[in-house]
Amino acid sequence: MTAYYLSFEKPIEEIEKSIAELRESHSGNREVDFSIEIDELEKKREYLIKTIYENLTPWQVTQVARHPERPIFSDYQKQLFDDFLEIHGDRLFRDDPAIVTGFARIGNEKFVIVGEDKGKDTKEKIRRNFGMPNPEGYRKAMRAMRLAEKFKKPILSLIDTAGAYPGIEGEERGQAEAIARSLFEMSGLKTPIISLVIGEGGSGGALAIAVADRVLMLQNSIYSVISPESCASILWRDAGLAERAAEALKMTGPNLLKLKVIEEIIPEPMGGAHRDTAATMKNVRTSVLRHLAELKRISTPKLIQKRYERFRRLGAFEIVK
Amino acid sequence: MAWFLKPKYNIKKGLHNPVQDGLWHKCPTCNSMIYSKDWEENFKVCPNCDFHDKLNAFERIQSLIDPGTFIETNNNIVSVNPLDFNDGKIRYELKVHEAMEKTMLKEAVVIGHGKLNGLSVQLAVMDFSFLGGSMGSVVGEKITLAIEEAIKHKRTMIIFSASGGARMHEGILSLMQMAKTSAALKRLSDAGGFFISVLTNPTTGGVTASFAMLGDIIISEPDALIGFAGPRVIEQTIRQKLPPGFQRAAFLQDHGFVDIIVRRKEMKKTLYELINYTH
Ligand SMILES: [Zn+2]
Repeated sequence: MTAYYLSFEKPIEEIEKSIAELRESHSGNREVDFSIEIDELEKKREYLIKTIYENLTPWQVTQVARHPERPIFSDYQKQLFDDFLEIHGDRLFRDDPAIVTGFARIGNEKFVIVGEDKGKDTKEKIRRNFGMPNPEGYRKAMRAMRLAEKFKKPILSLIDTAGAYPGIEGEERGQAEAIARSLFEMSGLKTPIISLVIGEGGSGGALAIAVADRVLMLQNSIYSVISPESCASILWRDAGLAERAAEALKMTGPNLLKLKVIEEIIPEPMGGAHRDTAATMKNVRTSVLRHLAELKRISTPKLIQKRYERFRRLGAFEIVK
Repeated sequence: MAWFLKPKYNIKKGLHNPVQDGLWHKCPTCNSMIYSKDWEENFKVCPNCDFHDKLNAFERIQSLIDPGTFIETNNNIVSVNPLDFNDGKIRYELKVHEAMEKTMLKEAVVIGHGKLNGLSVQLAVMDFSFLGGSMGSVVGEKITLAIEEAIKHKRTMIIFSASGGARMHEGILSLMQMAKTSAALKRLSDAGGFFISVLTNPTTGGVTASFAMLGDIIISEPDALIGFAGPRVIEQTIRQKLPPGFQRAAFLQDHGFVDIIVRRKEMKKTLYELINYTH
């Protein structure tokens, strides 16, 4: 059971409540056996979750990607990494808690980690600016990534942001320059880079740490040039039409795979990552290690060349006479 | 209009509207009336208040490149509708078609090469009148092609930016153009090439957060609006009014993100000097 249900999860909520009630009376009353009823409801619950989650609309995927109980960076830190040593600061201005950097082990592999962290509770969310980095966040990430290059360690970036923060101070300190510099430098870093969208891949704020050899997405994550709300308010002056915009923007895994923007969709347990964090981590671990093994077989000059070509060919146009 | 700003022409001659007649141009900033021919010859800079109005791509090229030396390339690359995008009123490819007819351009950027006081330069000039200078696949591809040509022929790369950001209608593919153009500039830089980025009013969003901010030298025209987020988005986010001059050229120079603010009249000379100093 989760504590928070999305609007389209109402039938699941009802059935889970019934199951919980039955269980309670079952434990309080040894004379009557409810186990058959419970079994049946469990089967119904499983079926419901399956049918709902196999047919999610892009807008529903967006809601799952932003689900308050969805695993965020700190969960990966605890459950995907076998250990983690955080490093702080951009050496220029301050430490931006919206981006976390450090060293981690996954199995036998050592990584340099860059990840956007939205924060768990209200206090953390505020401290981490809801995962919306300022320029110093991207500059810290770049510093960590240069260390990775220097010590020949692969980079794993975990993406989960509504976007780079649009504020006065960010503009004063060069938000645009920080993102641009990151795109520029990442394209030439002489070490394998794997990026994984774990929730929201919000525009330039996501791409800034995703110029990678492999870009992966969790099944119920999104990656887009603009949020569906902003798109709707620009096109139709009504953020309430976000559902329609989510449809039009083609921001979910299958579309992005078709457009060759990502290499792989990592499956989530039935009912979304928030229903089984451990199973999610297992899938991520397998996929990341497999991609790294493949990348390690490629020579560095070839890796850089392939990374260039990967982004070079993205785009759709026509050549007319 | 205040009485002292009234145009200096004889109103007794008739009731015609001088602006509509096309003989006079009214400066949108100081409202002074400028003889249209002077306005064009001055490359749309107000002689009274120094307001720099938007130039279209070919006016810009004319203001910089030695006459008869500009060779446009790749103007046969045109947009498609990769997401099958339809805003409910108009399909994206028709929107592009309308922009083509309105501007007589194929896309929001013109690329090519030519001579600047005899020096060979590779040029990419954005045009705000084409869908707000937004960057989709074609803009990204053409800028990248221009950069690759600059590497191949060892030419100085000059990009004039004017853009509201990424082209939403191409979704994620427009975002990817930021990475593509930035990666090409990394190659140019590694090859020892010289890149001058010139920011004109306005340059915001995905263009600023990619190639526009990656110049070895970054120039801005006076008072150009330059930013990552647009001022309206920032105001909505922080729920307060922005200070005057925020995100204007002088603000960016004060904060260390623009090397030189150059008036349009001095642009060609300044570019020439920069190329000379570095070669
Ligand atoms: Zn004026």
